Amino acid sequence: MDFPKDLKYTEEHEWVLVEDDIVTIGVTDFAQDQLGDIVFVELPEVGDTLEEGDTFGVVESVKAVSDVYAPVSGEVVEINEALPDEPEALNNSPYDEGWMIKMKLTDSGALADLMDVAAYQAFVEKD
Amino acid sequence: MNKTPLNQIHRQLGARMVDFGGWDMPVQYSGVIAEHKAVRTTAGLFDVSHMGEIEVSGGQAFDFLQYATTNDVSKLTDGQVQYTALCYETGGVVDDLTLYRFAADRYLLCVNASNSDKDFAWLQELLKKTDFSDVTLINRSAEYAQLALQGPVAANILAKLTSTDLSGISFYRFEEGLVAGIRTIISRTGYTGEDGFELYCAAADGVTLWQELMKVGESFGLQPIGLGARDTLRLEKAYALYGHEITAEIMPLEARLAWITKLKKGDFVGREAMLKAKEAGLLRKLIALTITTSGVPREGYPVLSGGREVGYVTSGTMSPSLKKGIALALVDAAVAESEEPLEIGIRKRQVPAERTSLPFVK
Repeated sequence: MDFPKDLKYTEEHEWVLVEDDIVTIGVTDFAQDQLGDIVFVELPEVGDTLEEGDTFGVVESVKAVSDVYAPVSGEVVEINEALPDEPEALNNSPYDEGWMIKMKLTDSGALADLMDVAAYQAFVEKD
Repeated sequence: MNKTPLNQIHRQLGARMVDFGGWDMPVQYSGVIAEHKAVRTTAGLFDVSHMGEIEVSGGQAFDFLQYATTNDVSKLTDGQVQYTALCYETGGVVDDLTLYRFAADRYLLCVNASNSDKDFAWLQELLKKTDFSDVTLINRSAEYAQLALQGPVAANILAKLTSTDLSGISFYRFEEGLVAGIRTIISRTGYTGEDGFELYCAAADGVTLWQELMKVGESFGLQPIGLGARDTLRLEKAYALYGHEITAEIMPLEARLAWITKLKKGDFVGREAMLKAKEAGLLRKLIALTITTSGVPREGYPVLSGGREVGYVTSGTMSPSLKKGIALALVDAAVAESEEPLEIGIRKRQVPAERTSLPFVK
């Protein structure tokens, strides 16, 4: 299983790429593997404001529906518009073509709560 | 948790295991969509040993089954299988099952895994309450392993392992024969809508039968198939699943199962309630819906007409063959017979759902 070192991670199995005050969010390799074949993705709209912990989207496999939660608070500035038409990108390329949204942070403090790769790996093994 | 004789095989194959009604079962091996496609294009092998088998024998076995089940047992000849149901006096369903006639005085019922004990207790109770004295009921569930070999090339694979003439076994018929040297009930039945077989053998022979089939099947593209694809395959063909389309609260007549409900055959359990309901006019009817835009309908989602809730989804999924959301839904009979446009409530959205003729996948 692949967990890039330059990303931060959440207990909900999302990854976060931090670039100044812009964060890119997706679901991890572990999450896509657990979900199985992903067949549907629902994303928020650009301009939506999200509080940390809000549901911002839905990922559905053949069998199950899973919510995706905002790991930080902020405004949605970009969404991966190709994803709803190609939900399998979440399985095939979770960190690249499978990115979900970009947010502009309102409070960078929440970033401190995210796990680094070592902590996330340990979390996954325990899970 | 209950385990089938093939439990170790599934683990060796790296299957994802789940608790399915108290059984430790594989939900997927390579992935639901790939497995689904294998069954539609080549062949798949399913461990369905969790299914229950109940033997009914004796001089009055026929009369008892004619009274206990909804379909007409008199239509069966030796070596024939019938899809049927056990119902409560209320007309609700105890279970749906396949009934095998070995002889006029010997039958085998193949029932749903999670209902197996309930069904056996129900039949015992029914026997006590009635005058059928020459009937013996034996729960043989633990004695059998059952594998389903399904797909367009299933017969080609099976032919490599048996001298039984498979062309002589037509749909919903069975024969006893040897497969890879193992005594097997070879039944041309299944739950996928493809050609194929359900193979019953002694529990102790299950692993060998699986291994022999996989070995011979490899060059035909045979894949192991989990419960995930079993569900999408049956739903594309609109086959009812107990606990979803049929329950203790849903009559077969409401669930498009009038064809197994022979009200004219004479008395049977549930008949009176069904006749009454039919005379008064059925209140609900099962319909098929396809999402034309995007979204996946799921069990329990509401069905709406002009914003009014008129029913609910009993089973829904993303059809791997059609790449569209498909659903079976139980709705008000008046709505079912009308042409009012319908929507399915998916989270906060109301998504247009088109009425579809069955099966979803021809």
